[in-house]
Amino acid sequence: MSAWFTHLPVVPIIVPLVAAAAILFLTERARVLRVAVAAVSIIVQLVAAIVLLALTTEAFPDIWSRGVGAYAIGGWPAPFAIVLVIDRLTGLMLVLNAVVVLAAFINSLAFWDRAGPHFHALLQLLSMGVNGAFLTGDLFNLFVFLEILLAASYGLLLHGSNSQRVRFGLHYIVVNLTGSLLLLIGISLVYGVTGTLNMADLPARAAALSAADRTLFDVAAAFIGIAFLTKAGCWPLNFWLPGTYAAASAPVAAVFAILTKVGIYALLRLGSLIASADVLLHHEGSALLRPDLFHGGLYYLGFATIGFGIVGTLAAQQLSRLVGYSVIVSSGLLLMVMGLDHPPLLAPALFYLVGSVLATGAFFMLTGMTERAWRAPSRPSSTVAEPALLSTGGYVPFGVRRGPPVPEPDAEVGVAIPAAMAFMGLMFAFCVLLVTGSPPLSGFIAKFAIISAAIHAAKGATWEPAAWILVFVTLAAGLASLIALTRIGMRLFWSVIGRNTPRLRVLEAGPVAVLVLLCIGLTIAAGEVMRFFDSTAASLRSPQIYIETVLATGGGR
Amino acid sequence: MEALFAMAIGVLAAAGVWLLLRPRTFQVIVGLALCSYAVNLFIFGMGRLVVGRPPIVTAGRLAEPVAVVDPVPQALVLTAIVIGFATTALLLVVLLAARGLTGTDHVDGREAG
Repeated sequence: MSAWFTHLPVVPIIVPLVAAAAILFLTERARVLRVAVAAVSIIVQLVAAIVLLALTTEAFPDIWSRGVGAYAIGGWPAPFAIVLVIDRLTGLMLVLNAVVVLAAFINSLAFWDRAGPHFHALLQLLSMGVNGAFLTGDLFNLFVFLEILLAASYGLLLHGSNSQRVRFGLHYIVVNLTGSLLLLIGISLVYGVTGTLNMADLPARAAALSAADRTLFDVAAAFIGIAFLTKAGCWPLNFWLPGTYAAASAPVAAVFAILTKVGIYALLRLGSLIASADVLLHHEGSALLRPDLFHGGLYYLGFATIGFGIVGTLAAQQLSRLVGYSVIVSSGLLLMVMGLDHPPLLAPALFYLVGSVLATGAFFMLTGMTERAWRAPSRPSSTVAEPALLSTGGYVPFGVRRGPPVPEPDAEVGVAIPAAMAFMGLMFAFCVLLVTGSPPLSGFIAKFAIISAAIHAAKGATWEPAAWILVFVTLAAGLASLIALTRIGMRLFWSVIGRNTPRLRVLEAGPVAVLVLLCIGLTIAAGEVMRFFDSTAASLRSPQIYIETVLATGGGR
Repeated sequence: MEALFAMAIGVLAAAGVWLLLRPRTFQVIVGLALCSYAVNLFIFGMGRLVVGRPPIVTAGRLAEPVAVVDPVPQALVLTAIVIGFATTALLLVVLLAARGLTGTDHVDGREAG
């Protein structure tokens, strides 16, 4: 059996890996070639992700008839070897990642990719890590891919290093290394107790555990949960997030918008798989995934996260910090929805996830542009080797010699777009509507769907107030970010003193517009999109197909 | 042997956590290294502690499960060591850069108080 799609699941991992290596071999001088390699790689990833997503839908019933495809690396049978698994949720996240990376890549071409060495190679490795984390069906591999994406993100965060970035980079690296150690403890404990690392094999093995081993398994699950909650930016593990995201350069912050969602994805996936073990345990009347602990915990942590996000949003004085806090709010809302464990809430939550990643990605890139408008006007000789944005006070971090002189962001090169302030104001308005969930854009549709499902949930819930609190908190978060963003928007766009109109190039403004247009597209096609999310949520709720498909792969080739 | 092993992990982890909470960057990095030793030993221990059983199967002979030890945790610990080593090296470079840029070795880039 060697149809054309057989090896497609591995493409989103192999292509960026090879591209990153190829880019490292090219010198800094061969910038056009480097950019070309990176562009080809990202476009291939995008196409592969879209094809993979299409193959999991009903449109191609004869390929992966049940909507799940598994790829056994090396052709070894599944429970023993590492598998890559592609289902609708994975495909969706792959497409989302490719879109955000493409936007950040184009945005970086205007200025940021020349602010330090190896930007494109690091971006490729980051993309590889994210794709791998979404695709893998093996717990330890999940850890490895998380490390790859984190290592690349450390490099990207420090890109164009100044003292702010290095300071927050230090915090970010230490927090994430500690989180990785916790993840390692959890994973090895899972292996020690169940004897498997395959995520599809896990539920059946876990269900067969004795009572003493079950306690150990619970401890392991707690460790893994803490590690992923740290990545997802859950309170009280998220104090590193706003400063780090604000310190990162604009395109880097835009790709970071998806990193917190990797943690959410892992929680969704593992939660769905482990919950399926309850079916096996049903006759004993006990549940493996203790609903009071797992869902209750997620619910209250999500609540606290949103509370922290709201306070931070209202207190933030800097636009980039404010957007960082809105990332926290969106993580908190997703955790709360997951904690409520009401099946009809899942599809709107996925819609909200996709919309919020696109919107915050666009917002971070816009922030990079607005910051330039309120700096002192640049000197007339615009091609200085050490632009003001990169000033490090004479110290050369990492012993990096700068390559060819970097043009100032406002330098008279490239194609500028007309009416820069009007464009920025318009994009700001769109981003505010998207992030706060105000009508008429996709943020509103997502929040409306969440609220509507929550009100329905309140009617039949065991603890009715939980759903009403979700409704209230969703609205309060929207109101708080609306107040804060309006305040900052007035200061940014209505005060004329000390402002100079930046020259925006098509390369940096285009991606923002494209991401906003995608959100508008989500709004217009909301019915279709929601139907797709419904089917995705349905497949998450019945992981039996996932498990059976994975365990049947490999061998016999 | 189990008790000694567990105590070694406990001491390493305790020292590591204490150092991790200290304000100097060098203490933090040593703390992280100690914690990662503790975690590596822990992963190794998850393969059960036995003496005189190599994780090797002789070619052409069927392996007896009682004669070999589980090789997977050893492979995992090897991967974890490599990753931990690389990230610690990276952190060391960032530490030096932070020292150079801020002129202090405090983790916040400025002295407290």
